[in-house]
Amino acid sequence: MIEIKSLYKSFEDKSVLKDINCVFENGKTNLIIGQSGSGKTVLMKCIVGLFRPTSGKILYDGRDLVCMNKNEWKLLRREMGMIFQSAALFDSMTVLENVMFPLDMFSNDSYQERVKRAQFCLDRVNLLDAQKKFPDEISGGMQKRVAIARAIALNPKYLFCDEPNSGLDPKTSLVIDELIHDITVDFNMTTIINTHDMNSVMGIGENILYIHEGIKEWQGTKDQIMNSTNERLNSFIFASDLFRKVKEANQ
Amino acid sequence: MQKYLTLHPSFYGIFTIFVCSKAILMFLSKSLSTFGKYLILMGRTFSRPERMRMFFKQYIKEMSQLGTNSIGIVLLISFFIGAVICIQIKLNIESPWMPKFITGYTTREIMLLEFSSSIMCLILAGKVGSNIASEIGTMRVTQQIDALEIMGVNSASYLILPKIAGMITMMPFLVCFSIFAGFVGAYATAVIGHIITIDDLTLGLQHDFNEWYVWMGVIKSIFFAFVITSVSAFYGYTVEGGSVEVGKASTNSVVSSSVLILFSDVLLTHLLS
Repeated sequence: MIEIKSLYKSFEDKSVLKDINCVFENGKTNLIIGQSGSGKTVLMKCIVGLFRPTSGKILYDGRDLVCMNKNEWKLLRREMGMIFQSAALFDSMTVLENVMFPLDMFSNDSYQERVKRAQFCLDRVNLLDAQKKFPDEISGGMQKRVAIARAIALNPKYLFCDEPNSGLDPKTSLVIDELIHDITVDFNMTTIINTHDMNSVMGIGENILYIHEGIKEWQGTKDQIMNSTNERLNSFIFASDLFRKVKEANQ
Repeated sequence: MQKYLTLHPSFYGIFTIFVCSKAILMFLSKSLSTFGKYLILMGRTFSRPERMRMFFKQYIKEMSQLGTNSIGIVLLISFFIGAVICIQIKLNIESPWMPKFITGYTTREIMLLEFSSSIMCLILAGKVGSNIASEIGTMRVTQQIDALEIMGVNSASYLILPKIAGMITMMPFLVCFSIFAGFVGAYATAVIGHIITIDDLTLGLQHDFNEWYVWMGVIKSIFFAFVITSVSAFYGYTVEGGSVEVGKASTNSVVSSSVLILFSDVLLTHLLS
């Protein structure tokens, strides 16, 4: 479980996040949504430790990220997996080597065991056949799946996904969403997804946090979102005709 | 007041001094800030690798990529420069008063003292420096370095230390290859061009040989190898933005490492001679 308490983040004079309080439970897919420039990427970067918050607490199962020393921080990082918007696979390595990388760095297992674990992770994302290919030889959707396999290689407790569906077609997006959701449930991870994709919100949004201009505007589930009376949230979620018609049909 | 400002000539002098001082101070402040960031990055780079087996794997790869892959260009340039030096010396300082070995002797001294260490490192700053800066810069803008950091890997140590170690290991060999190729080039002028006799050239190359000059070249080249790799890695690692910034970082790395090589060449030559 990750708890955010009174989180503020400013860049020089510009305040980006203001008093964010929320809880991300484990075994659930937690989504952060909001318009471009609302501060969700900054929030994600604060949570994973790439940005230091101006004030506030980020508690990983009670351990405050902000107050951690170097060794505690290093150990916590090994409990994290992250999927970047661009997949961020290492160009010079094959798919298998990419997935093996965290194991090579931090696992004391033998080479055979590391290969076996990496192949298990690739099998989990249905990419065992592509293990000898390089990242530029596979599609964007496959790259994202490799990134998921790499992120779960060390069996992390916390999984972070920064816009995992960006640049993907709706069908592939659905595959990625289902994969992330299934992995979250199977491994009982705390998963936080930063997304713009309303299909993801409606599909796997078990806990949704809506941010507007750096302030937590709304929090709830995908079922609650349909009946929400929050005007800002409604104008964001039901901006497209399709979702507006779905809402009207439900009503 | 207006009359004083327009009429008093000393005002313009004071104003110019003020503006120049401010510009110099800003330049110094920026340079010191950059140097500080460079030192911090080097502090992170020279920490114990997390996994020695991964370090050695990268180290071998970098020796091949930065060192072995540069052998061709080193041999090619050194061969022709050796030949050109031999021709120029023979044609320009030929005189009945000059001993016959002077052409070979001068060719050897130029190759040993300056070309094979300093000038070759300037050439490598262009090839290797831009390669390092663009590789690390691209990793930065495509979030590969962020991915390493999230995994808990010291990205500076993992990416930069093997490059520095690999280049420092390979550079003395490149210097030796360059000296050898330069001499082969000089012999080529004797054999093919008949500019000089082989005996005169051999006599010159062997005349009053000082072994320390070879060591001097090797010591200088090791220092330059560190400058090229660390400065280029710094520019690549600190890229912010996209492909345009990666290109700028690549150019800046070549310019900065070349200037630093030239400055330190003067200093090292003075210290080692």
